[in-house]
Amino acid sequence: MTSATAPARGRAPARDVAGLGVGRALGFVAPAMLLIGAFLIFPALWTIYIGITNYRLTGVEAVSPSMVGLSNYTKALNDALFHNALWLTLLFVLGSAIIGQNILGFTLAWVLRRARPVVRRTVEAFTLLAWILPSTVVAYLWVAFYDRDGGTLNSILGTPGTAWLIDYPMACLVVFNTWRGTAFSMMLYSSALQAVPPSQLESARMVGASGWQTLRDVVFPHIRGHVLTNTLLISLWTANDFSPFLLTKGGPNHESETVPVYIYNVALQGGELGYSSAISFLLLIANLLVSLVYLRLLRRRS
Amino acid sequence: MRSLSRLTTAGVLGAAALALLTGCLGSSDSGSGDQDANRNADAKKVELTFGSNSVKGGKSSAGATFIQDVLIPKFVAEQKGKGVDVTVKFQGDGSDDEVYKQKLSLDLSNKSGPDLFQIDGIWVGEFAQANYIKPLTETVGDAAKVDDWDGWKQIPESVQALGSYNGQRYGVPGGTDGRVLYFNKKLFQQAGLPADWQPKSWDDIISAGQALKKIAGVTPIQINAGTAMGEATTMQGILPLLVGTGATVNSDGKWLGNTAQLREVLDFYHQVYSTGLGDPVLQREAKGRDKSFAEFAANKIGILLEGDYFWRSVVEPKEGVAKMADRDTAVGYALIPARQPGAGVKGQDFVSMSGGGATAINPNTKFPQQAWEFLQFMNSAEMVKESLDGAAKITQRSDVNSEVLKSDPMLSFVAEKVLPITQYRPGRAEYPKISAALQQATADVVGGKSTDAAAQAYEKAVEAAAGGKDKVTSN
Repeated sequence: MTSATAPARGRAPARDVAGLGVGRALGFVAPAMLLIGAFLIFPALWTIYIGITNYRLTGVEAVSPSMVGLSNYTKALNDALFHNALWLTLLFVLGSAIIGQNILGFTLAWVLRRARPVVRRTVEAFTLLAWILPSTVVAYLWVAFYDRDGGTLNSILGTPGTAWLIDYPMACLVVFNTWRGTAFSMMLYSSALQAVPPSQLESARMVGASGWQTLRDVVFPHIRGHVLTNTLLISLWTANDFSPFLLTKGGPNHESETVPVYIYNVALQGGELGYSSAISFLLLIANLLVSLVYLRLLRRRS
Repeated sequence: MRSLSRLTTAGVLGAAALALLTGCLGSSDSGSGDQDANRNADAKKVELTFGSNSVKGGKSSAGATFIQDVLIPKFVAEQKGKGVDVTVKFQGDGSDDEVYKQKLSLDLSNKSGPDLFQIDGIWVGEFAQANYIKPLTETVGDAAKVDDWDGWKQIPESVQALGSYNGQRYGVPGGTDGRVLYFNKKLFQQAGLPADWQPKSWDDIISAGQALKKIAGVTPIQINAGTAMGEATTMQGILPLLVGTGATVNSDGKWLGNTAQLREVLDFYHQVYSTGLGDPVLQREAKGRDKSFAEFAANKIGILLEGDYFWRSVVEPKEGVAKMADRDTAVGYALIPARQPGAGVKGQDFVSMSGGGATAINPNTKFPQQAWEFLQFMNSAEMVKESLDGAAKITQRSDVNSEVLKSDPMLSFVAEKVLPITQYRPGRAEYPKISAALQQATADVVGGKSTDAAAQAYEKAVEAAAGGKDKVTSN
């Protein structure tokens, strides 16, 4: 904190460039702060508060909840289902975001770079469509796709009766989410690739670099920041994504219950609002940790 | 220095916010207790909302149609005669019971929600504990006004219990039901089984299943299992089997633990689902129960355990969700046998489970008096009869039942043969948690866990839900 304020001391006059004065400056910031307070800080504090009670959706504890201290947190640490949810979330993020969306998004951006505009626009439009359609619509399409009786996938593969969502729930979710979220990575990488100087690509070609060498030694150094930003954003979105619920409800028997789905099931199916708030807070902390690691990586780069 | 003061400011703000929050939870009770029950009693313009988990053309379509097209217009007309302008809105829902319950409890916890709503009898306990519903005498304010309603005399005690908790009436029940084994007579004929099949033990069910297994493309037995079906697993699976072993889920105030009877039930599940007699995948699907209905209607399931709801609303030829045009000739029904003759609860040879719902009044309604009038009107003999629309159903009223059940052989079978031997679920607040643990145990067994491991995990869950080892039976 001291290091952040130190440089300001040297150039004191520059502190009020706009000449607004503290009062008016606060006036301008106030609406934003109020919104952030009402929709971010208050709910977060509220979650922490409920997380130390045994508040329930129904029953006696709905009327008179009592403080239970940290017992919700100790319970979470010993809860096999929570561990299961953490592990599945990790798989989900790794499979669908870090590997799936990243690689597919980059590949699309790289291949489409040279494609004819008509082809590029068409592919981009379809990829974007997958991203902007409402979750409920998309979930319905994918349930129909994976369905055991008369599902599209079974018709294509000629494997009638294979219950994809039951037998391979996590693999199905990974494929689904890769499809769903690739558009963002694709767009980010297409603009990032424009930052790579054509002259360098040209030189690489002249000296006979292979495609892989060009990517590794010419392209990647230019877009490393973008890769980090993209990976961070899609990881956080994926870790907090609730649409798996629409496909599998966390089933069968908790086999696809990622943390957000687990929180929902604990809160509303089980009615344990206190316990689910404690888990929500743990998820919030995990999000913050991931962001911190990312910020450190970025700083080291610069 | 500055950073220190900034920290202090943040700390003070945070502490102030936490102080504000503290004591906010659970305050929903204060205030609603001293509301005047006679508020708006003389209003000339009244608005009521009626919440129900039914929707025209979908779930329990007939019920929704009756409420919207008959009950509400007739009530409005009746009130008009008294010079009161009433509007009743129907708030229909067509979702799974668990989802409906979540939505309703969230509404009620915020003191909103419909003025009258239908709930399952097993929710009464936890809703009452949370003050989401109150004893009718309290909401209506006048004990005599509630207790003197002549309808109570027509509703048997066991049925009244569906709307009661701790001996107090929280709502007016809406009829009851009974569970039987349905079977497809066409498949039975192909398998060389009799059309008047009546198994006398679990072994008889298994051997019928083995005969059915020889027909290609047929799942012999459907006994609901797993967590995806929710209460349907408990009610159409575990509990009817459990009472067939002589045990009940709650006896003498203690919840069922890891007992020999529980393991017998889980062994039966294991036998059905590990030997190809049942379809383990169907139990795990998100829409498994609906699919089981569709498969039965398509002559792909031989034996299925369900309530009379299945006969009235599922395979019903005209309005059912999985219509069977030849229901009356193709669908047979039999009593659920105990594990062995005489092994059932109270030494019975045959067993069943019953449930039902109730209509309750929102304690925070603006118009408690008018809501009670609506409730009486809805449960009058005339309206209950109208609700049947020529079809039969076991209603809450004995006077109506004695008239209408004669016309439907299946429902008079339930009324005469099933209701005398049936059991009800305990109306205790912990029940839904115990039920969830039972569902999980079957999910474990169907998923491949051993009976013993599933039963042990179940007992742990029950001890947590019941609040201690001393509240759980074990052997």
